[in-house]
Amino acid sequence: MASLRALVGCKRVIDYAVKIRVKPDNMGVVTEGIKHSMNPFDEIALEEAVRMKEKKIVSEIVAVSCGPPECQETLRTALAMGADRAIHVEIKGEEYQGLQPLAVSKMLAKLIQNEKVDIAFFGKQAIDDDSNQTGQMVASLLDWPQATFASKIETEGSDTLKVMREIDGGLEHIKVKLPAVVTADLRLNEPRYATLPNIMKAKKKPFSKMSSEELGVDIKPRLQVKSVVDPPVREAGSTVENVDELITKLKDVGVV
Amino acid sequence: ASSLVIAEHNGSDVVPLTYNSIGAAKQLGGDVTVLVAGKDCSNVSKQLAQAEGVSKLLVAQNDIFDGFLAETLTPLILETQKQFNFTHILAGAGAFGKNLIPRLAAKLDVAPISDIIGINGEREFVRTIYAGNAIQTVTSSDPVSLITVRGTAFPPSGPTGGSANIEDAPSVAVSYDLSKFEGQELSISERPELTAAKAVISGGRGMKNGENFELLYNLADKLGAAVGASRAAVDAGYVPNDMQVGQTGKIVAPELYIAVGISGAIQHLAGMKDSKVIVAINKDPDAPIFQVADFGLVEDLFKAVPELTEKL
Repeated sequence: MASLRALVGCKRVIDYAVKIRVKPDNMGVVTEGIKHSMNPFDEIALEEAVRMKEKKIVSEIVAVSCGPPECQETLRTALAMGADRAIHVEIKGEEYQGLQPLAVSKMLAKLIQNEKVDIAFFGKQAIDDDSNQTGQMVASLLDWPQATFASKIETEGSDTLKVMREIDGGLEHIKVKLPAVVTADLRLNEPRYATLPNIMKAKKKPFSKMSSEELGVDIKPRLQVKSVVDPPVREAGSTVENVDELITKLKDVGVV
Repeated sequence: ASSLVIAEHNGSDVVPLTYNSIGAAKQLGGDVTVLVAGKDCSNVSKQLAQAEGVSKLLVAQNDIFDGFLAETLTPLILETQKQFNFTHILAGAGAFGKNLIPRLAAKLDVAPISDIIGINGEREFVRTIYAGNAIQTVTSSDPVSLITVRGTAFPPSGPTGGSANIEDAPSVAVSYDLSKFEGQELSISERPELTAAKAVISGGRGMKNGENFELLYNLADKLGAAVGASRAAVDAGYVPNDMQVGQTGKIVAPELYIAVGISGAIQHLAGMKDSKVIVAINKDPDAPIFQVADFGLVEDLFKAVPELTEKL
């Protein structure tokens, strides 16, 4: 198996280490001036593609991001990590505010067809909206098999992936025929850091930009956000001095 | 409303989360239909026909549904939807539902709504974003809502008291050989399942190694509790991934949650902060876990946990 063409979805999200703040108008969270990064699960997805390229299973990796101009930074990171070229589908302003997984999936499915991709990698979910939908929807739109929540991927023959998946009670093993969609779970791998030489090299890699209109996809939102609010605050309780006091307190509230 | 709940089961028993999904469907009002698909459905159908609030049970028993692949279940559910025109299709927000519902939704050209924690109306739903650090309310303009249900947010429907009519699901010629189920490695435990347990004891990096989890198992057996872990403990290889409590693991909300040697990263808190009573045992008085704990004990866990086990 060689010369598979891979596509990796790279979403730009608020960095995982940032403590988010709800906007005063309760319609979203504050994003201005906040550090953004590639969605951590997408980094894992990209790392897997890069490792498959290093093993000569994959011949080319296309990184894709749909969103505002700043997504170019996310894609530069992807190129520095090992993607060969990048496609930025630029979505700005209000359209970006209303951009939802179904619309993104339709754009990705179109790109996958245009680019004659054999294997599409996504993170299992993005850490902003926590939807966990895009990989499954792309697979559905293309009628491809889906190997979601992957924690190990092996190849078998020239057209099959053996995938170990993380499920509620443990692990599951499936086989999917290519072309297929794979979504990455936490333990699939540990993504590499982009090194300075690779960041420099990434600047020379091919980078193209397009619009949702060029892909012929209607990106109007299907869900309307009514409000975004802070979660109820849980008040800190009391400190107990020792195990005896803890047991007394637990008996008082009737849980032991 | 008229809702379809996709049952999750293992061929012999219903997965408890299914009853929470039925509970959510009941909140929507109207008839609740449950679809049971699988290689073996007879036991599960018997169990679910008695579930409170279920008016109809549709059964699709076929070897092709072995492993409950989304690729084979989707055509079946599409055909069922074509025939019955449900206003809502629901499944539990576990690996099964999360894998299935978006695939189905894209075929229906509908935006799915993941992991809901509240229902405000037929088309208005509440869910968490940013690992539980914000709560979003959305309304849908689609003709049918496809939803996954967070179990801890919806009381389960009673397992008995109902008498649903059992019918065959619409027949559909499913032949799909692009994906194949090969098998599972499930953790076998005598203890209750994490998401269904009345009490949960979780260990973090402070446990130092996997053997030390024995201390938690001993305490768990005394309390009839399930044992979980933080992501740090799973990543360090102390325990398997299916024990992870947190945003990317399991979301739990038991009567009693005891966090042992867990510092309390946001991602962990997202998975347990709806527990009724939270106890934290940690020797670091500044650990963030104490900010959500009802009762905090600043002590070495290797001393406190055995003492607690002995005195309870």
